[in-house]
Amino acid sequence: MVKPELGALVGAIAVFAFFAVQSETFRSTRGIANWLDPASTLGIMAVAVALLMIGGHFDLSAGVLVGTTALTVGIVATEFGQNLWVAIGVSLVLALLIGFVNGWLVTRTGLPSFIITLGTFLMLQGLNLGLTKLFTSTVTVTGIDDVPGYAAAEWVFASRVEILGAEVRIAVLWWLLFTALATWVLLRTRFGNWVFATGGDDAAARNVGVPARRTSIVLFMTTAGAAWFVGTTLAVRLTSVQANTGIGQELIYIVAAVIGGCLLTGGFGSAIGASLGALIFGMTQLGIPYLRWDADWFYFFLGAMLLLAVLGNRLVRRYAEAARR
Amino acid sequence: MTRPLMTRDDAPLLELRDLGKDYGSVIALDGISATVRAGEVTCVLGDNGAGKSTLIKILSGVHRADRGELLLDGAPVAFGAPREALDAGIATVYQDLAMIPLMAIWRNFFLGAEPTKGWGPFRRFDGAQARDVTRRELAAMGIDIRDPDQPVGTLSGGERQSVAIARAVYFGARVLILDEPTSALGVKQAGVVLRYVAQARDRGVGVVLITHNPHHAYPVGDRFLLLNRGRSLGEFAKEDISREELTRLMAGGAELDALAHELERPGN
Repeated sequence: MVKPELGALVGAIAVFAFFAVQSETFRSTRGIANWLDPASTLGIMAVAVALLMIGGHFDLSAGVLVGTTALTVGIVATEFGQNLWVAIGVSLVLALLIGFVNGWLVTRTGLPSFIITLGTFLMLQGLNLGLTKLFTSTVTVTGIDDVPGYAAAEWVFASRVEILGAEVRIAVLWWLLFTALATWVLLRTRFGNWVFATGGDDAAARNVGVPARRTSIVLFMTTAGAAWFVGTTLAVRLTSVQANTGIGQELIYIVAAVIGGCLLTGGFGSAIGASLGALIFGMTQLGIPYLRWDADWFYFFLGAMLLLAVLGNRLVRRYAEAARR
Repeated sequence: MTRPLMTRDDAPLLELRDLGKDYGSVIALDGISATVRAGEVTCVLGDNGAGKSTLIKILSGVHRADRGELLLDGAPVAFGAPREALDAGIATVYQDLAMIPLMAIWRNFFLGAEPTKGWGPFRRFDGAQARDVTRRELAAMGIDIRDPDQPVGTLSGGERQSVAIARAVYFGARVLILDEPTSALGVKQAGVVLRYVAQARDRGVGVVLITHNPHHAYPVGDRFLLLNRGRSLGEFAKEDISREELTRLMAGGAELDALAHELERPGN
């Protein structure tokens, strides 16, 4: 069977070679540390979104949820005067709750997750703005670094580690860890088998005793958990959060997962692939300014990668279903 | 091949006594009696709307019967959920819903009952064992697969049904219910599946083969239950009925004669 991430691997190597040949900054260790940064926060989300897509669902609220969790951390810490870790805990509980509600609604109603999470997306977008204005009278939460507990939180979420003379953000290490963990779960555990089965054909999965509903709900909660992690990282790193944080990113996560080989119809894909998709995104986003090109080319490039990936994935699906009779 | 010796006085594996089921005011099934013995194939034949699906749903625990009795090893049972039927050793293989096309054969084979090793957070799916068992079990059924890692979608329809049958047998099915296993298949592929039905039978499984094709049922069946619009036209042992009679009854007997008459060329 063709590995889902094969196309993304070839793509990542090609993109790296393209920029590395032309830009010395791009291929320097400092340059690499720079483009790994946007890849890391996107990658953490893309891995979770890939698991969800393999399980047969979309989560359009994943982007805005990054904002919701970051704002919650900020508001609970600064407006309610709580220790930052308390705020981070509250934010996690809230995220898991929203993930659960998404999953519960989708599995209960049988409606497409696309439309259910579009609803939660819009609701959260409104809440993010409304509540931020209500509490701070502005559209920004600031002063997160003045709260007790900040030093420890900064160490966990926003420190830098020196690797080969370059300062690498710790999010890059978290990203690698989460990718490895997700790959292990998908390929080496019972739950992973259930994810593929639920996304492949949930009626067939249920017939042989797979708890398809529970699997879907856990996947929605995992995506929400990833959004919490990235949201907290942003809040701690930037020490202030805009009320519109994360909006629009949900499609970028899906783009990364699809470039990584996830089928839109579910049942096929990989966590490593999604991470490679995020890597391509990071390399392109910084590679284009390194070459002194106009930044507008970035989206053209991303769109072209997406189209190529979808065409490639179509061939995979055809191959796997070639001999139906 | 030796068939397990069964004395006819043994309590049958599964016995249906006057089963009936209503959907609201519609009588879907009424007065259905049949027996399923270990190492035998009981065929359930009927046209569309004859009540075959309702019967499967009662046997596999999806629905409860409203009337009559279901006996397993001579003792009355009523299944409240598919899981209960499965735990009692009654496995159902559905026509289109048996396998996940994009998943590897060995992943499909153990889906929902994955063997694990390790403990606590390190408990994991034992893939090596799963691959081994899959290869061995399929070989024991005479199913030759090239590579257990290939996706099920690359198998032919007949092979897919066969793998599903092998899976049910491996997981200890004593009664195997096959829902129209040959209906979507060509002649050759249907032959492949019927061969594995016979294999399962020879391993001592009681098979319930549901079909609307008497030509598939007759060679492999030991007894035949004929359904028409929710009623039984009778249960026949193979020695009591010929293929022609089966076909005629199946097609509605007199109705078919009337149709033949109607279709005759004018002037003949």
